[in-house]
Amino acid sequence: MIAFAVAVVGIAFMVIAGIGLLRMPDLPTRMHASSKAGTLGAALVLAAVALHFGDAAIAVRVAVVCVFLLLTAPVASHVIARAAYRTGVPLSPETVIDELEEHRCRGLARDEPPGDDPDSSASEGSERDRRKL
Amino acid sequence: MTASLGEILLALLGLPLLLGFVRLVLGPSLPDRVVALDFMTAVAVAASGLWAIATDNPVFLDVAMVLALITFVGTVAFARYLERRGSS
Repeated sequence: MIAFAVAVVGIAFMVIAGIGLLRMPDLPTRMHASSKAGTLGAALVLAAVALHFGDAAIAVRVAVVCVFLLLTAPVASHVIARAAYRTGVPLSPETVIDELEEHRCRGLARDEPPGDDPDSSASEGSERDRRKL
Repeated sequence: MTASLGEILLALLGLPLLLGFVRLVLGPSLPDRVVALDFMTAVAVAASGLWAIATDNPVFLDVAMVLALITFVGTVAFARYLERRGSS
């Protein structure tokens, strides 16, 4: 019975992750919903499997799958997010701060010849770059 | 014939699968679709676990293990492809 309760909690997490994936405004927030809640949901359902069978061999297998999920999910999300940011997938218009963008601006400003105002021109330029991408 | 508790839970898992599928269809960008696919394979891992409960057959845990392995490789390959291809 405990196994089913754990499985229901895991499924609830997966449903919440699915709703977040569908409703969030842009890619990073969607990943925020799907990768964390989704992984936890899958791990909970697998824990329910271990509880249901109550066998050491199966529990070890479940632990291996869980460790593997918890190790690979952050790496996979990180790689996808990096690829998306670099290829210029637009952020939500409600984004408050994009610190990576500022770093990129500073890099651009260092490359530019001195003379014009580095801050405003660089940020405008990179803004245009990102929109063009 | 009445459905067992495991089968009912399996049916409940169809809801997140459907939500992920809607995001997969809507997009709008390719990374969005990759994330949706990643989520759907996480749901499939959970589904094979529940199927192991419903049929009382622990063999399906191996399916979950292989699925978890394959989806990681697939996601990283997609990300490599996206970065090489450049802007969308």
